[in-house]
Amino acid sequence: MKLITAIIKPFKLDEVRESLSALGVQGMTVTEVKGYGRQKGHTEIYRGAEYAVSFLPKLKIEVAVKSEMLEAVIDAITSKAKTGQIGDGKIFVTPLEQVVRIRTGETDGDAL
Amino acid sequence: MPSKPHALAGSLLGLLALLATPAFAQTPAPSLNSGDTAWLLTSSALVLLMTIPGLGLFYSGMVRKKNVLATLAQSFGATALVSVLWMVMSYSLAFKANSNPSLNQFIGDFSYLFLQPMKVDSLSGTISESVFMLFQMTFAIITPALIAGAFADRMKFSAFLWFIGLWLIFVYCPIAHMVWGGGLLFTMGALDYAGGSVVHLNAGTAALVTCLVLGKRIGYGRENMSPHNLVLSVIGASLLWVGWFGFNAGSAVTAGFNAGMAALATQIATAAAALSWMFAEWAIAKKPSVLGMISGAVAGLVAITPASGFVDPVGALIIGITAGVVCYVAAVWMKKALGYDDSLDAWGIHGVGGALGAILTGAFASSAINPAGKGWLNDGNIGQMLIQLYDVGITFLYCAVGTFIILKLVDMIIGLRVSPEVEVEGLDINLHGETVHD
Repeated sequence: MKLITAIIKPFKLDEVRESLSALGVQGMTVTEVKGYGRQKGHTEIYRGAEYAVSFLPKLKIEVAVKSEMLEAVIDAITSKAKTGQIGDGKIFVTPLEQVVRIRTGETDGDAL
Repeated sequence: MPSKPHALAGSLLGLLALLATPAFAQTPAPSLNSGDTAWLLTSSALVLLMTIPGLGLFYSGMVRKKNVLATLAQSFGATALVSVLWMVMSYSLAFKANSNPSLNQFIGDFSYLFLQPMKVDSLSGTISESVFMLFQMTFAIITPALIAGAFADRMKFSAFLWFIGLWLIFVYCPIAHMVWGGGLLFTMGALDYAGGSVVHLNAGTAALVTCLVLGKRIGYGRENMSPHNLVLSVIGASLLWVGWFGFNAGSAVTAGFNAGMAALATQIATAAAALSWMFAEWAIAKKPSVLGMISGAVAGLVAITPASGFVDPVGALIIGITAGVVCYVAAVWMKKALGYDDSLDAWGIHGVGGALGAILTGAFASSAINPAGKGWLNDGNIGQMLIQLYDVGITFLYCAVGTFIILKLVDMIIGLRVSPEVEVEGLDINLHGETVHD
């Protein structure tokens, strides 16, 4: 099992969610986050006073999937979240040791 | 404040009096005009609206979130404190003639202490004196409240109350008396229709002195001090714009042709200044900011204040365009170049805009609009420019010295500035025991 953590542009969420649903992904967690990568930040100007805003708003998606689905999910996120502009985000993949569904006590593949 | 009786209404009244009492064909004693009184009642409410909530929202949207309630408390506190002081003595000091002619050049007297001589049917021109007193009270309220923009985020609330109370009595009252109450500048013929020097240059100068005496905010120039919610500021600026019709058109003290022209000039200059600040910023900083548009509008309102009621629509347009650009330069470039922390640009907009408006009034005043004001360009009266410059100079000097002395006095007795710990943590929680929650 793998945990996929993707940072994406906020306006791409719906397309990503739809394509993951179509693949059979049963759930995801979304968090509003701020951060920076190569896009850096931007500058705000108030009556001539300039402030560098280093952290830009992004969305963090977390999806847990069976290992055999990994490539398809990465492809789906990559194709749907891509604009070609700097700041599209990143995908992090980490191995997942255990999953438990709290209601039933099911574990691992059954719990996903 | 000029109070021209409506010529047509006056002659009609005279005719009616003649028909009704042919045996006593004399000039009728001035009597209450219900139209004028109704307009001044409305104007009083409009000018109060400028301070609460208008100015309160305009300023509190521009500060950081930790100081939003403290900023609102300054507008609200000023409203309450000045209202009471105005009733107790300040109206008398500003508007009543002093029996000593040399003192009368500078200040009124205490004859109207607690408004004792005022009767229910006392008249001021064609309106009831209670309404005139109330209308003038709303001007006295907004003037010290405006100063707060310069020392946002760092003055003690107790020091604020002492400062504006003393400032009202020792700075506002003399200047109002000199210009409107029959004093020095009034006698000299200075034109100030609704308070370009009495209200705006006066408040702006006090703002400059205050921010110099208090010093910069901790972290100024290094930390992000961007406005926490500009929506509040847009609502505030819009309420200022609407309320300003009472400020300028109400200053006709009648509901006639003068009030109409003053209202029209106000709208034209404000719109022109909003555009000119916006385009100046668009050209220089590459984006037309919302804060820039509303700042320009306020600059236009300030600059047309002394001129409204004296200038024609084209004069108003030129004053507005000039004010937007000049105040943009003052608030953005001059502040940075000279390095003072006029936090919300009370000097840059009200001081500079007020002085500019006072001087341009001398240029654009037209006797075709108001026989009381003969200007340079329309009437060839270049001497008016000198009188206006003198008016600006006296107001600036008197206000700067008076403000400095009051600040030093308050600083000696209770201290002006909050501790660094309080300043960093925020005034809301430390001074008022409250915070704004999400």
